[in-house]
Amino acid sequence: MSTKRLIGIFAIGAATVAVIAIAGLVFSTMGTFLVKGLPNITWQLLSEAPRNNNTEGGIFPAIYGTTLLVLVMSILGVPIGTITAIYLNEYTRAGAVMPRVIRFAVNTLAGVPSIVFGLFGLGFFVQFLGVGLDKTFGNTEAIWAKPALLWASATLAALTLPVVIVSVEEALKNVPQEMREGSLALGATRWQTIWKIVLPNSTTGILTGSILAIGRSAGEVAPILFTGVVYSLPQLPDGISSQFMHLGYHLFVLSTQSPDVDKTLPLQYATTLVLLMLTFTLNFAATFIRSRIRSKQFR
Amino acid sequence: MEQVTTPSPAQKHSFVRKTNNIGERIIERCVKIIGGVAVVLIFLILLFVLREALPLLMGAFSQPRTAQSSVESSLSDTLNLKPEVYNPDVILSEHQAPEEFAPEVYNPDVSVPATILAEKVNTRNEADGDHITLANILGTIWQPVSTMPKFGIMPLVIGTAKTTFVAIFIGAPLGILAALYAAFFAPRRLREVIKPMVEILAGFPSVVIGFFCLLYVGSALQNLFGFDFRLNAFVGGIGLAIAVIPIVFTITEDTLSAVPKSLLEASLAMGATQWESAYKVMLPAAFPGVFAAVLLGIGRAFGETMIALMATGNAAMVSTSIGDPVRTFSATIGAEMGEVIWGSAHYSILFFLGVLLFIVSFTLNAVTELFVKERLAKKLQGG
Amino acid sequence: MSKKITETKIEANDLCVYYGAKQALHRISIDLFEREVTAFIGPSGCGKSTFLRSINRMNDLVPTARVTGNLYIDGVDIYHSSVDVVELRKRVGMVFQKSTPFPKSIYDNVAFGPRLNGITDRTELDRIVEESLINAALFDEVKDRLDSSAMGLSGGQQQRLCIARAVAVNPSILLMDEPCSALDPISTAKVEELILELKKQYTIVIVTHNMQQAARVSEYTAFFYMGHLVEYDKTRKIFTNPSKKETEDYVTGRFG
Ligand SMILES: Nc1ncnc2c1ncn2[C@@H]1O[C@H](COP(=O)(O)OP(=O)(O)OP(=O)(O)O)[C@@H](O)[C@H]1O
Ligand SMILES: [Mg+2]
Repeated sequence: MSTKRLIGIFAIGAATVAVIAIAGLVFSTMGTFLVKGLPNITWQLLSEAPRNNNTEGGIFPAIYGTTLLVLVMSILGVPIGTITAIYLNEYTRAGAVMPRVIRFAVNTLAGVPSIVFGLFGLGFFVQFLGVGLDKTFGNTEAIWAKPALLWASATLAALTLPVVIVSVEEALKNVPQEMREGSLALGATRWQTIWKIVLPNSTTGILTGSILAIGRSAGEVAPILFTGVVYSLPQLPDGISSQFMHLGYHLFVLSTQSPDVDKTLPLQYATTLVLLMLTFTLNFAATFIRSRIRSKQFR
Repeated sequence: MEQVTTPSPAQKHSFVRKTNNIGERIIERCVKIIGGVAVVLIFLILLFVLREALPLLMGAFSQPRTAQSSVESSLSDTLNLKPEVYNPDVILSEHQAPEEFAPEVYNPDVSVPATILAEKVNTRNEADGDHITLANILGTIWQPVSTMPKFGIMPLVIGTAKTTFVAIFIGAPLGILAALYAAFFAPRRLREVIKPMVEILAGFPSVVIGFFCLLYVGSALQNLFGFDFRLNAFVGGIGLAIAVIPIVFTITEDTLSAVPKSLLEASLAMGATQWESAYKVMLPAAFPGVFAAVLLGIGRAFGETMIALMATGNAAMVSTSIGDPVRTFSATIGAEMGEVIWGSAHYSILFFLGVLLFIVSFTLNAVTELFVKERLAKKLQGG
Repeated sequence: MSKKITETKIEANDLCVYYGAKQALHRISIDLFEREVTAFIGPSGCGKSTFLRSINRMNDLVPTARVTGNLYIDGVDIYHSSVDVVELRKRVGMVFQKSTPFPKSIYDNVAFGPRLNGITDRTELDRIVEESLINAALFDEVKDRLDSSAMGLSGGQQQRLCIARAVAVNPSILLMDEPCSALDPISTAKVEELILELKKQYTIVIVTHNMQQAARVSEYTAFFYMGHLVEYDKTRKIFTNPSKKETEDYVTGRFG
């Protein structure tokens, strides 16, 4: 009897320890970056370009680049993801072959390592589309056939796509089926029903789902390594064919390759915190919108 | 729909089709086409990663590269592009390497044990320029930048296996146990804290986790275990475990809460304690889901780049010690693609590594989708 | 009311409906008359809703559903390939058991159908909305808050709003699937009153579990049992002197 109790205590104890370990991890990382990062966040840091081998100045170009990247990525990825979700949820029947194939592809896509997306971006966007574009327009200098903001954004959009699809589908599923039937029974076509009933009633869900997905990929570095990011820039990117700086990549280079790591350490902490703030702001924004609007939906 | 065709007497009746709604048709067609984008994307990824790796597989580099350089490199030549300098801040250049990169790959004398040197001598007369043979690929020396480049992927296989193993060994139990705790032992209020907490962990960009390991975990473990190197397979594995935990936790928790509550109640009614019910009834019932969680965790650990790049020490060594630095597949691609000449043998072999990564992740996912999830669905429906 | 000439509006001929391998309706043949109220009664799961939903082809939305036989409206086979389902549904309105107002304003709910038909002129829309709400006996209760959300209405009001919404498309047939089952007696009385009013313009088919309601509002009653049409006759006959044993058992409440 007592061995059984002992095993019981051990079983519950192990589970408890696991939770405590995870909590410790979360709090120690968050705590460290807050304590070490916060004092280094100054207006200068947020508004200036790096100087003197990153021992002075700020990280404005990296903030700017990250923001641009996230924006272009969203513009490319969210509509396509939403339409795919609409197709899956509104146009296909549960057991049919096509949606099953697509769902399998979506899940597979979600599992493909991000670095492979990077290779894909280099091989497809830069080397294939880019070279093709330059040839078509007869550019003598490579304008598109080189890493660029557009290609990095497209690569990142591809990476984000499965997450967007899944969360938008979730949002669409939350619209009661009776609502669709009510509309169809009035003689609305399928698209009219989607456009006038389904989408207006799932905007919040689509928005939050997309923002969460975007927040996840805002900090991704691997996919942009060869498709457009650089460590330093003489000037801010002036178009989608420019290269750009990125907070995550900046942190990576600073922490692994600066000649004097200690001198740039304050900047490293600050960069980490800004990056974390960016991703968590997106997360919190999504959660906030959801909790605000959920209360006044469907009675 | 089956029906007997009957002549309709009142063709003029309003609901007999008169207009075929063109706008609706166009929209429907567009939605259908875009709906297939995920499938197309999978094929494009495979196609274009394979395309760049192809010259290698076709043996194009058995001859001097100039004779059969790939389309891209000749194109970029005509475009006056110098791809090798597009990223001026060369990653991991040995001149700047801080101490954690001491066992630098580009410095073969450090990382290549003497036993392998014999082989190096043996292959010397073949290894001429970008010269790749199967034996070379399966070799034990990864030394791509050299007058005599060697592309033996064995050290990378070992490195990837080591870090993945550590990550799963640590991350999977933590994730599963925490999920059990959240599902069966936590008071309701606490449960509502655990989930967002794990979400925060999931929200950490991997570069931040890598940074954390680089700064703290490395030194802490070195002090604890007295490793020779500050950054090694174990440190990298822990970093990867941090990335794996949220995945394992979330999927396990989802599955556990999908198991019918009646099963738990039945178990409790039969006199089993809460922990017995959790471990002996609910966990086995959710087994396929837990298995799926672990498989996806492996996929994540295996393919993760930034953590591996920052926390493993990046030396392509053949060693069995968990305390030695390693270099993983994805970290190799991440570190070397930036400075490689487009179209070269080195370039192709990095894409080849990408193909391998793709194949493994595809297989893992196919197994989860086709076997595990199906089984889980049956099990949970009581069929 | 003097005897009027009844014309067939809806005619089913050997209509069978299957859900996958399961047959839900067995060779239903029935004539429903124009500008009359027909009630469908029968125990739960006997196929009343299934039949109702095959009249405006809502069953097309069920992936596994399959229909054989014929169903004519005004002599046109509505399962013929030349029939436009969307147009059909505009002619055959439907009111559901659970009231399903859209989360829009009262006005926009009623104007939804007309707008689909391309009516954008505000005065025209105003007229249709007002007329439909009057027809649905709801106008007086909501005329001051047409722009407020329909979700704020009471259950009975919501159901009448759904009727107004259906009426606004100007159909010739109204299908009602247990429209009062979620309503209190007062709201039920209002809707019943409304049905009697609406039958002057519309052919109405109503599914109900309430025998008294069937007796109150309908001229004809069809009794379904396990997917079969057991008996179909004048309501008075069904309730006072049914010819089938099952019907008698059911209407007298001797039935499970
Ligand atoms: N979508 C569906 N898929 C499969 N079977 C269905 C579906 N809808 C209805 N059925 C089955 O068809 C039969 C008839 O159902 P129907 O809804 O028409 O019954 P009903 O007479 O309206 O019952 P109730 O009075 O409960 O509304 C039932 O056995 C039901 O289980
Ligand atoms: Mg019914």
